[in-house]
Amino acid sequence: MLEQGLWISILAITIRAGTSLLYATIGEIFTERSGILNLGVEGMMIMGAVCGFAAAFHTGNVWAGVVTAIIVGGLLALIHAFLTITLRADQTVSGLALTIFGSGLASFLGQKLGPSGRPLVGMIGPKFEKLALPGLSTLPIIGRPLFQQDVLTYALYLLVPLAWFYLHKTRPGLHLRAVGESPQTADAMGVSVAGIRYLYTILGGMLVGLGGAHLSLAYTPGWTENLTAGRGWIAIALVIFSTWDPVRAVLGAVLFGGINAVQFRLQAVGTTIPAPFLGMMPYAFTILVLVIITWWEAFSKRVGAPAALGLPYVREERV
Amino acid sequence: MQLPFKVEKRLTPSRTASFLVPIASMLLALVFGGILLLAAGAHPLVTYKAMLEGAFGTPGQWANGDFYNLSETLVKAIPLMLCGLGVSIAFRMLFWNIGAEGQLAMGGFAAAGVALFWAEHIPDPLLLPTMFVAGFLGGALWALLPALLKALLNVNEIIVTLMMNYIAVLWIEYLFYGPWKDPQGYGFPGSAQFPKAAWLPRLPGTRLHLGLVFAVGAALFIWVVLVRTKWGYEIRVIGENPRAASYAGISLVRNIILVMILSGGLAGLAGMSEVAGISHRLQKGLTVGYGFTAIIVAWLARLNPWGVLLVAFLMAALLVGGDQIQITMQLPASVALILQGAILFFMLGGVIFTEYRLRWTGWARGTTPPAKGMEIEAASSD
Repeated sequence: MLEQGLWISILAITIRAGTSLLYATIGEIFTERSGILNLGVEGMMIMGAVCGFAAAFHTGNVWAGVVTAIIVGGLLALIHAFLTITLRADQTVSGLALTIFGSGLASFLGQKLGPSGRPLVGMIGPKFEKLALPGLSTLPIIGRPLFQQDVLTYALYLLVPLAWFYLHKTRPGLHLRAVGESPQTADAMGVSVAGIRYLYTILGGMLVGLGGAHLSLAYTPGWTENLTAGRGWIAIALVIFSTWDPVRAVLGAVLFGGINAVQFRLQAVGTTIPAPFLGMMPYAFTILVLVIITWWEAFSKRVGAPAALGLPYVREERV
Repeated sequence: MQLPFKVEKRLTPSRTASFLVPIASMLLALVFGGILLLAAGAHPLVTYKAMLEGAFGTPGQWANGDFYNLSETLVKAIPLMLCGLGVSIAFRMLFWNIGAEGQLAMGGFAAAGVALFWAEHIPDPLLLPTMFVAGFLGGALWALLPALLKALLNVNEIIVTLMMNYIAVLWIEYLFYGPWKDPQGYGFPGSAQFPKAAWLPRLPGTRLHLGLVFAVGAALFIWVVLVRTKWGYEIRVIGENPRAASYAGISLVRNIILVMILSGGLAGLAGMSEVAGISHRLQKGLTVGYGFTAIIVAWLARLNPWGVLLVAFLMAALLVGGDQIQITMQLPASVALILQGAILFFMLGGVIFTEYRLRWTGWARGTTPPAKGMEIEAASSD
């Protein structure tokens, strides 16, 4: 009986830890599907976290925090879109710049956005409470992990199938994929390549910002320096793992949420493994998963990445 | 949506633009930072003046022969120069080494290991050279794994090098909080102090140490490699056209591995010179983001080794100035990071003007004749 309780609680933390990752991963999937590589996920996510928490703290309303985080994520992504699409800047460098800029700005804001210009660190604000879904939450085993979570996690249960359906079964989804695979063809079809790329880069940034808000409003409520701790980068690895598919991204997010949960659990029961080694687990695991998936893709000769990923498209200069 | 201007390729890159863009980028970043400071309730000009004085000192200090502030800026420039050089040589061949931070940590770890545990077995004059080699190897070996994974399996190097940063930082944390912790350190997170023979010589009266010579030497070495050797030629060809490189029989695998050994090794030297020149122990505060700032340094310098030295110095001035306003004006030191990011943004946005120019076309509402393809666009926008 005790064993089962332990597993259920690990499963519950898994889902909670995976939520922010999954938002960020799905956001980046949309962006990359349009052919734009945005390595600024970490920067957008941490900005979403700090701005979301600050807004919720001052208004006393978690939803104000969520909306703020979405807007902030979108605005930061707009910088990347303008630089890479309109000004044709290098996508890798622009994304890195966005991460450096976002991390610096988040640290600055974290020290300024508290009550009357003081730091936000240590402040207690509103947070998303767990909400047991009547009926479903009492199901054996899966009831508590799946149906005693916060609203943002439930929203994912809808978002994942919707994202998949949109991508694979709708006309706008087809246009999106066309722009990422072959912008020349899309252009000839009369699709605005730049317009689509702007749209999904911004949309991706919004979802990443929302993922950040889940961290500061639900997973570990509050603001601390370096709150995201590389989750943005793990999300980029998960995009590769998912082969740019929202449904497979769920598997990745659960896997990494699981690592977090095991880490949590081991710390709680007082293991002899030193804490820094537990802390290394998600990063080492990311490398391992990336190696396996790359090897497997090469072995099975399938290419997951959109063909035009990272390449600028200029009608007059196409080759 | 149709923008009111068109981006057209110039026939030849503009020399004026390539000169003006970096200057304009810095000015625009300062304006942007000024707005942010105003919003935070600080006077931008007063703040910038404090940063300048913090980084370079005041004329009054110079008149008294006091160049301490300037020497502190050089002290911070050393790890930025070494990491920046390392990163730039990898970027030259489009290998995105984002792992300088971790390579620095592992270089510091290896050098500290030599100083702490081998000092008795190594004659004093050979201790620092051994630490030098250990620091280089520590960084180089840490860079070797992502290099091998990229070269042999084509695993995304950005993510691997980045993840290894977190692992390296946690590893040295484990050491100075755990087995290497100084028993006489009153709980301070750091190892015991190195013996004197393991300290890099300093310029008297300052903390400026021999690491500056390593950095200048490394720049010279890279410049010679790039300009004068066949290896440098191969690196440049791979960077400019990987396909042409493979047709020309240049081994990508060999070059990725060699370049990453050099790249990681230089970052490792930065770690060695930090522990042997500044802290004289392995302690908290070794990894403060030099490896990330190095990316900005390398890019702003357009990957030119001499440019790296100059930009590293300027970025160090920003960092020291940032520390200064934190102490004297209670403003977050992260202002410096924001300015760095903003400079990079403006620079990225500005580079296009060296190769392209903007032609004003007016808002597309009947004022200009529709360009080729616009009719299709208009028809499809339902």
